[in-house]
Order: sequence, then structure tokens, then C-alpha cells
Amino acid sequence: MIEQKRDRGYLTIFKRPSSETGIWSWITTVDHKKIGIMYGYAAFLFLLLGGLEALFLRIQLSQPDNNFLSAAEYNAMFTMHGTTMVFLAIMPISAAFFNYLLPLQIGARDVAFPRLNALSYWIWVFGGLFLYSTFIFGTAGAPQGGYLAEEIGWLGRAPNGGWFGYQPNAAFQYSPGTAMDYWAIGLQILGISSLVSAFNFITTILNMRAKGMRLMRMPVFTWMTFAVAFLLAFSLPIIAIALFFVTFDRQFGTTFFLVEGGGDPVLWQHLFWLFGHPEVYILILPAFGIVSEVLPTFSRKPLFGYAAIVFAGFGIAFIGFGVWAHHMFASSISTVAQAGFGISTMIIAVPTGVKIFNWLGTIWGGKLNLKTPMLFALGFIAMFVIGGLSGVTHSIVPADTQQTDTYYIVAHFHYVLFGGAMFGIFSGLYYWFPKLWGKMYNERLGQLHFWFMLIGFNLTFGPMHWLGLQGQIRRTWVYAEETNLGFWNLISTIGAFIIAVSILIFMVNWSYSKRKGAKAPMDPWDARTLEWTIPSPTPTWNFSTPPEVHNLDDFWHKKYDEDNEGRAVRKEGADKYIEDLESDGLNPKSTIELPNPSYFPFVLSSGLPFLGYAIIYKSLAFMGIGLTLMLVGGFGWAIEPLEEHEAGEEEE
Amino acid sequence: MFKVLNLIKKVKHLVFVFFISACIENAPMDSLSPEGPYARTIDDLFWLTFWIAVVIFIIVQGVLIIAVIFFRDKEGMPEPKQIQGNHKLELLWTIIPVLILGAIAFPTVRTIFDLAKEPEGALNVEIVGHQWWFEINYPEYGITTANILVIPEGTPVRLEMWSEDVMHNFWVPKLNGKRYLVPGQKTYLNLFADNSGEYWAQCGEYCGLSHSKMRARVISLSSSDFEKWIENEQKNAIKPLEGSLAAKGEEIYLNAGCTQCHVINGIWDIQGDRIAPNLTHVASRHVLGGASFNNNKEDLTAWLANPAAIKPGTFMPNLELTEEEIDALIEYLGSLK
Repeated sequence: MIEQKRDRGYLTIFKRPSSETGIWSWITTVDHKKIGIMYGYAAFLFLLLGGLEALFLRIQLSQPDNNFLSAAEYNAMFTMHGTTMVFLAIMPISAAFFNYLLPLQIGARDVAFPRLNALSYWIWVFGGLFLYSTFIFGTAGAPQGGYLAEEIGWLGRAPNGGWFGYQPNAAFQYSPGTAMDYWAIGLQILGISSLVSAFNFITTILNMRAKGMRLMRMPVFTWMTFAVAFLLAFSLPIIAIALFFVTFDRQFGTTFFLVEGGGDPVLWQHLFWLFGHPEVYILILPAFGIVSEVLPTFSRKPLFGYAAIVFAGFGIAFIGFGVWAHHMFASSISTVAQAGFGISTMIIAVPTGVKIFNWLGTIWGGKLNLKTPMLFALGFIAMFVIGGLSGVTHSIVPADTQQTDTYYIVAHFHYVLFGGAMFGIFSGLYYWFPKLWGKMYNERLGQLHFWFMLIGFNLTFGPMHWLGLQGQIRRTWVYAEETNLGFWNLISTIGAFIIAVSILIFMVNWSYSKRKGAKAPMDPWDARTLEWTIPSPTPTWNFSTPPEVHNLDDFWHKKYDEDNEGRAVRKEGADKYIEDLESDGLNPKSTIELPNPSYFPFVLSSGLPFLGYAIIYKSLAFMGIGLTLMLVGGFGWAIEPLEEHEAGEEEE
Repeated sequence: MFKVLNLIKKVKHLVFVFFISACIENAPMDSLSPEGPYARTIDDLFWLTFWIAVVIFIIVQGVLIIAVIFFRDKEGMPEPKQIQGNHKLELLWTIIPVLILGAIAFPTVRTIFDLAKEPEGALNVEIVGHQWWFEINYPEYGITTANILVIPEGTPVRLEMWSEDVMHNFWVPKLNGKRYLVPGQKTYLNLFADNSGEYWAQCGEYCGLSHSKMRARVISLSSSDFEKWIENEQKNAIKPLEGSLAAKGEEIYLNAGCTQCHVINGIWDIQGDRIAPNLTHVASRHVLGGASFNNNKEDLTAWLANPAAIKPGTFMPNLELTEEEIDALIEYLGSLK
């Protein structure tokens, strides 16, 4: 059986952690599955916070000239809603999928750098906590020289410059107080986390695939992870630099974005969207990967046009770097730039369309098993198409000058990121639930969740299309009664609460089924990829015997042949094959060495928030604490042997 | 063939009815009811794209729904054929979108350049963004006003715009798309109103606390009315009769601190460091405070009593005026026609 090597306390002054259960086992773990689960739960908590913020926004907008929130509170809520959903909910939930599934899909025991993996998780956690600590420590106020009738409540102490932080509104003169510093430095910390994991995933995919798994035999989800990792690696440095500029402007009196000092506020827009548009694909490509796994499995057919889907994914990722200025069509860019970016935006619709048509080709002629993951995957296609088509109307630059900064845009990107990314994520959560817990989720509750979410989603965001076209601007704390926008805003608010109910149904299903669900077999969906060739829940060591791959969808071909019509026929030995796999998976023949847990990723990451506070409060004490933690973490990590030895073989 | 056309007609009608029934009547900010050639060009382009999108929408959702109905797992259904893909189809659904997009791209690019052209014989107006109101200057006439842009009907107007603080955005949905007001740069926007009328405008770019209350109006007048308006705006303010309530109001204007930011031509001509709306003809403007409230006694009383309660973050301080002082001030402002 498995044996986790214990620390012998030599060569290092630090003892290796040894807990296998309890909180310390989670804090010190380097197991990609545990890290994935922690990512998932923490990101879901942030999703709930972001959702709560959204409900506040919807209550405020439910009727004209409402005063449920003050202007300061409303601005803080929409800023935190956007920032949270992008950086603390969808990105890390995708990271949860990457972490848990990537090694399983390529037949590896862990990622290439397990401790680095733990590091990126803990940096993300501390970055998120740092950002949210603004609600306790942050301050905000009127622009310098402006007046407020009432003091800003604690809800309004959060960053209020928008998730896009446009300059110079986010500069110190116009957004005094510390809230926007929490935003800038918080995002900076979160960016480090994503960069670390990007390199880890790239290395893992390139070096740790099972024998025989050529690149063109990789599951599409792995391919999309690969694309996202590249997007992160190339886009995050841009925002990192831009955020440094912001922090310098706010803290040290530089004027990168301030006209008074020869700076350029439009430069911020370029830098932000040069990161921000690839970011959109960072959010949506994982969902593309998930539905590309779910659709074939539940249609009992291979993915239609595998190569086309893979290349379209990379095409989107590549062109995604050349469309950023379509966020700025109404800004001060030249007509030539408008035409160029309009055309490049049209071009990106082509690979996106290819994907959609190939998904349709996958389900066409299949034998569709309409279980919850499939419902969400089909819902994904239906909703994402709407978001995609409204996206094309933005590439019509003159039309976009009417649409930009209105609720039409809000509708568009929620159809892409909620109807797209979130539906894909929920599809994946149900699909891999059995692998995660060894239990089945409740199908009836799952379907209830789907229908509530589909209806609530369309009620909330559908009306925003015509609200926007008929004049409701974004980020508007109040709107006048004479605009006649009240009715559809109320409908939208009702829809938001239906979404909230659907999330509650999901939570009940998840926590109940995890404990009391029916026992899940190893391969409940008759699936196609390597993660289903190991027992459920996944054993600590993943694969007892390193798998060998001969085909795309290798597992399926082990189970099925084709008759002369080309229809799938289950092989005679298939059931026996699965039985053998399961018993082999549970009983490894030899000792499996796994990476040892470590304290240091946690210690190192815990220093970062202190450095953040040190910059904001110009405090040497905080700087000392932060640097000490990072040095201890770094050095401890460096001199900690990667693998511990048995007591007998101490000398080298 | 005729049947198919008929069917298309019916579907088009259905979609249209659905869309129109969802649409809001009498929305003053409606970008779908253009009142001038610029907005109309944009509107045409939008509907062209909209109908193409509707066709694609119906095809994709139709295929999806048909697939779910026909290929849903039923008793005795055979295993599906294991089809890996189809190169011809792949090419088809790459090339057709390219052609469609190409067809949209041509009018798009042409319209971009058309809209940006400086129209001949245009009235030049400057729009300057301030947190949270629009300063409006007519350099040819030496007029400075705020929040209400008055233009002649049937005449092109060329706006030269910039911002004095943060990014703003000037948007009159019924006359044209939006354009940013950028600090340190100039941007341009053309307007053209077919008829006389009043059009709502709004700052489109998030610009801080009272962004939602940074609104404006565009009023287009017949050319004779426009000339009258110009003539009136060029006049200095008239001193109120001595001993009247308005004269008391003028006293307050001169002494309570208003003059630090507000100019009234002929009464107080020195512009302070912080620019606030020019009040010379404030009584002729029916909306005030970034067009966020009406120019009536009730709204104006609330505004003067505590400006930040109406517009959070405003640079207009609460001058702690008494009720009588506010009454006098309103009387005076009402005389500035």
C-alpha cells in the first residue's frame, strides 16, 4: 500500500509536516487533488460574496431613483462584484478544475512542481483575503474638494473605481482613501498566483503525459488548460506593470497616467485591455474544454472535429491578443484603429463559430443522455451563442458607440461569462462529482438547479439587452423615472433572486450527496478519458500503474469496437477490463513515492499581504514582518529536500 | 419557393413583434429611435447585423432543439455511428461566416469614416467635462452655458470635447453614438437633428460618485428661434430692482461664497479656480445640476440647502443658508432669464 515518507529531521532545521488529516494536512498539502478541492471551495465562497454584491446592485436598480444603497456603496458594490467574479470566482474555479483534472487526464501522479502548486493556491488565498480586508481597514471618500452629505458606511469602504479602474478616476485625487490601493495591490498579488500556476501547468503538460499520449491525443480540456496557461503567461505581465504604475502614481507621486505630469490616461486603457481581453478567454476557454468533454460522453460519440476544436481554441487565444481596443471604440482612438480593431473582432468570431458548429456536430446523430451535466452543456451552447452574436454587433464600430457602456454590454458579457463560463463550470461540477467523492449527486435536484438557473438567468440578463439599447448606462447608481426603464429592471431583479434560489439548490445537492449520495461506480458515464480509469474517489496516488495510451479517447476504445456500419459495439471483455482496472487502482503493487507535504508555500505566501499593508501604510514594521515570512519561507523551501529518504539510507 | 419566403416573412414578423413588445415606449434615451442622419446610419447598420444574427440564432438553436428531440436516448435506440468529423462541413462553416462577416465589414468601415468626417458649414461647439456636469461653449458667439446644448435644427453641429478632470463621455442616443471626453486630448463628435425637439443626453463613462447624475439635454430650435436664443445668451445679466427680494438674492450671491466658482456676466465676471456653471441665464435652463433636477422652487430649495444630498461628492458646499436666504436666492436666480 501507499506509504508516505516521514521526516527524519536531518539536513534541515525545519521538520517536515506529517499530518494526514485535520487542518494541517490541508495547509501543508502539495497533492494536486486537495489543492484543487481547496481552490473550489474557497472560490465558491467568493462566488457567493460576489453574488450577494450582485443582489445588492439589483435591489438598488429594481426601481427608478431608489435609495437602498448610497452612491458610494453602489459604486463599491459593482467594483467588488466585477473584481470578485473575475479574479476570485471564475478564474480560481477554473484553477480548481485544472488542478484536480489535469494530472488525471494526462495520466500523471501530480503536477510538475507540487510545492509551486501549493504556493500559487496560498498566494491566491492571501491575495483574496487582502483584497477583502478593505471592508475592515479601507477608506474611501469624495474627490479632493468634494462634499458628502453623509459618512460612507462600511459597504462603501471597498474599492470604487470599477473592476477596470479607469484612470484618472482611480488616481489619488479622484479616489482618495486606501480602498483603490487595496484593489491595485490585491490584484497584483492575485496575478503572481496565476503566473506561478501557468508555468506549472505548461511544464506539466509538456513533460508529464502518459506514455503514448501525443499532443494530438490529449483530451480537449487539457488542451484548453494549455491555451489558458499561455494566455496567463503572456497577459499577466502587462497588467502587473500597469498596476505597478497605478500604485506608484497613488503612493509615490509619479504621473504615469496623469495629464498634469505629462502622463496619459488612455495608456491605462490600452494596458488594461491588452490584459483584459485575453482575460476574457482565460475565463471562457476552460468552459469550452469542459463541454468538449461532456458532450461526447453523453452523446456516445467522439468529439466532432477534434483537431478543428483544438486549433480553434488556440486561434481564439492568439487573436485574443489583437482585439483589445474594441473596448475603447468610443475612446480617443483613431478611425483607422477603429476599423482595424473592428475587423479583428469580426475575425475572432470565426473560430468561435467553428467550435459551436462542431459541438452541434457532436450531438447530431448521437444518443443523448440528458443528465444534469449534459443539460448544462447544452444550456451552455444555447446561451453562449446569444452572447457570441451580441458580441458580433459590438464589432460594428458605429453600432458599438451606441452600445458601449450601456446595459447591452452587461447583457452581452453575462451571456458569455455566466451563460457560458458558469454553465460550463456547473456542467463540469456535476460531471466529475462522482470522481471527486465516490458518490452520485441527486439527479432530480440537479435538473431542478438547471431549470431554475436557466430561467433565472434569462430573466435577469435578457431584458438588459433592450434596457441598454434604450438608454440605460452601466454603473448607474440611479436612473430617472422619465426614462421608463423601471419595469424591465424589476423583472431583472426578480430573475436575480431566482438565480440565488438555484444556487441554494446546488449547495443542498452538493453537501447532501457528498455524504449520503448513492455509491458511484468507477466509470458512471461510460466515459472516454483517463480520469475514469481509476477508482472513485480518486486514490491519493492517482494511478497504481502508469497508464499507456494508444488512441485519442483511449479508454473508450478499450471498451468499444465499431461494427461495419461504424456503430459502437461494446467489447466482450469490457466489464472485466473495468473490474481489473478498479482492483488494480485500489491495490498498487509497489510502494508509490509521493511528494511530501511542506509548510513553506504557506509561509512564503503569508508574507505578501504584509508587504501590501507596508506599501499602503508606509510601515517598516509590516515590511519587516512580510520580508521575514517570505525569507523564511523561501530559504526553508530551498533547503528542504524534495524527497525524504528511508531511515536506513540516510547517507548519500 | 414562395412558401419559404412566406415562412421567412412570418418568422420575421414574429421576431419583430416579440422584440417590439419587449421594447419600452417613450424611452427618451432610446438608441433605436434615431432623430437625425448620424444616428439613423448607425441604426440601419445595427438592424442589418441584428437580422443576420437572428438568422444564425434560429439556425443554431433550431439544430440544437431538433438534435435534443430526435437524438434523445430512447428505448431500443441503436448505438450511434462513431463519426470523427467531416472536412467539407468544417470548411463550409469556416468560409460562410467569413463571407457574412466580410459583407458586414464593408459598410462598417465605410460608416466609421463617414461618421468621423467634419461636416461642412457646421456650428462649432465645445463640450468640457467636469465632475459632474457639462460646460458648453459657443466660441463663435462668446457664449458659455451648462448642461443644455442648444442647436439649430437641420444643421450639422461639430462638437470639440475634452475633460478638465476624469474621463467623461457625451451621449445623445437619438442623435449619435458616444464619444469620450479625455483629459489632455480633444475628441470630436457630430450631431444633426432633423427637427426641433428635446433630446436626452448622459455621461456614458463611469466618472465617480455622481456619474449617474451627470446628464444633459440637447434642444434643437428652428433657425429663427436659435438666433433669438443666441441673442439673449449674449446679453449680460440685468441688475434687479433695488429693494426687491431678488436684489437681496443678488447680495447673497455676491457675499455667501457663490462667486468663488459661479460667474454671472455683468455682475461678477471673475472666474475662480474651480469652474462651476455660468449662471448668467440660469433661469432659461429648465434642468440644473447636470440635468439631474428640475429648475423649480422645490428642487432648487433642496439643492441649495444641501447640494451633496442631491449629488454625492459635489464640489458645491453646503453654505448653511437660512430659509429666507434660499428664497431670496431662488427669486434672484429666477430673474436671470
